[in-house]
Amino acid sequence: MLNTKTMIAALCAGAVVSCVTLQMTKADPVTDELVIDGKKMITHAKPPEGHPLDVVRSGWLYREPDTRSLEADSFENPGMLFVSKGEQIWNKVEGTAGKSCASCHHDAAKSMKGVGAKYPVWDAKTKRPIDVELQIDKCRVEQMGAPAYKFDDGNQRALTTYIKYQSLGMPVHVDLSKGDMKAWWQKGKDVYYTRFGQLNLSCASCHEENNGKHIRADHLSQGNVNGFPTYRLNTTGMVSVQNRFRGCIRDTRAEIPKAFSDELMALELYVTWRGTGLSVETPAVRQ
Amino acid sequence: MHGARFILAAATLSVGLLAATGQMFGGGQAFAAGEAAATGQVVPPQDVKIKDNAVMASLTGKPGDVAAGRKYFVDKKLGNCLACHADKDLSKQLFHGNVGPTLDNVASRWKPEQLRAILVNAKAVFGPQTVMPGFYSLEVGKNVRKDLVGKTILSADQVEGIVAYLSTLK
Ligand code: HEC
Ligand code: HEC
Ligand code: HEC
Repeated sequence: MLNTKTMIAALCAGAVVSCVTLQMTKADPVTDELVIDGKKMITHAKPPEGHPLDVVRSGWLYREPDTRSLEADSFENPGMLFVSKGEQIWNKVEGTAGKSCASCHHDAAKSMKGVGAKYPVWDAKTKRPIDVELQIDKCRVEQMGAPAYKFDDGNQRALTTYIKYQSLGMPVHVDLSKGDMKAWWQKGKDVYYTRFGQLNLSCASCHEENNGKHIRADHLSQGNVNGFPTYRLNTTGMVSVQNRFRGCIRDTRAEIPKAFSDELMALELYVTWRGTGLSVETPAVRQ
Repeated sequence: MHGARFILAAATLSVGLLAATGQMFGGGQAFAAGEAAATGQVVPPQDVKIKDNAVMASLTGKPGDVAAGRKYFVDKKLGNCLACHADKDLSKQLFHGNVGPTLDNVASRWKPEQLRAILVNAKAVFGPQTVMPGFYSLEVGKNVRKDLVGKTILSADQVEGIVAYLSTLK
């Protein structure tokens, strides 16, 4: 086995030109400030203890200027349409109990503030962590007599976007002290470092070891989830966290785990923790 | 600051392209068992011996085709090498990644038999932590997509083509 770092250094001495190119194309994340509706977002944070990186960074910092400015302006941000759609669903009566979300939770700006920053949370009943999507289903089934959403139903994405938006700017902080959250965190960490698929890549291969670099046209970020659901320009719609995870796993040419499976719930908890301290940016804009 | 400007232009354009992630490594190359039988010469992946960071003999018993190799190198469903490497020879192709080192002049750094070893199984050369996939190896990750189980990313012939192409980058 060769030590590639030493080797590349040695090669650089001999081949100045290509090494200069290497430096120039590295394209580090920008250091701009993100202000949305007059609120300053925390886009760099000090990592929690046990975190492998020196600075936790929002994916916003890695996007192109056009994409960044779309997110910074809520009049322009196409994701805001889904916030409005979510608000309509919030007020809509559904199910056998004849209730809407608003019947019990009233003004979401008050009752849902902070929810987007603290999920996933421990659910004592099912003895596993649940995310906002699963909490919505819980209320639909148990409180409204309405069916759970099918994964990634347009209404599920819009309502989740609306709820998370109520925490815009608040720092992400998951509570690992409840129930078996620590064990689930560990399980999520194991998944994060597992190499998947024919391409044999883990989440860490791209988002930990190579963030700041380009994989083809894509500027690799740390893969944080503080902006989810995110609006994607190329699909002109909202992308849920678990859909994003499934996409990244699919690209390693692996079988795709089921949404809300133990594997993906553990991963969501762990990856959310990795973004501790960043502001909730829902609905973030991505290409 | 050529490099920096290139990235900016690339960035703006990428909005219009379908997410490179979605398109990245779209397909999957079957290790054609029949190929070996037909020619009687192809070394199946489990029999390739990497010694001293090299695989001495051609996997097909024949020299690779440079022009074809250049195509396999670019093809997003085959080598997709530009995902992680820059290559001046292909400057007409948009978007060269930089997860790995540039491949300009790579043939002055590595001999063909070493390039073959890197392509077959980069982990055997660079160590298990490398992110470069093994293109002719059955040492793969967990839960490989069902239709790809037991198959390699590239065929022996494609590996030889890319080795031949890389050997021209001096
Ligand atoms: C009949 C009253 C009722 C209705 C209708 C209802 N919920 Fe709830 N909701 C509750 C109760 C009670 C809790 C606390 C217990 C629990 O977690 O289920 C709760 C908890 C929540 C929480 C967690 C809040 C927190 O701070 O952790 C969210 C989020 C939530 N509901 C969203 C919704 C949404 C979205 C809807 C509409 C789809 C809805 N609820 C409909 C009664 C209701
Ligand atoms: C082959 C490289 C690769 C691997 C492996 C990979 N991703 Fe990604 N991921 C990307 C790219 C490219 C993007 C889009 C650009 C970016 O934000 O990094 C992305 C985006 C994301 C995002 C969205 C970030 C944002 O700010 O919008 C999340 C979250 C994410 N990945 C999580 C994961 C997780 C979890 C895993 C492991 C299951 C994983 N990724 C594995 C390449 C990868
Ligand atoms: C997912 C990213 C990735 C892909 C895809 C990839 N490589 Fe690599 N490659 C690397 C990395 C990273 C290194 C540096 C070795 C290390 O440090 O692990 C490397 C090193 C190399 C080297 C040695 C270069 C030198 O100058 O030392 C060659 C040759 C090479 N790759 C060829 C290829 C070819 C040909 C392809 C396409 C068939 C390819 N790579 C695809 C990541 C990749």
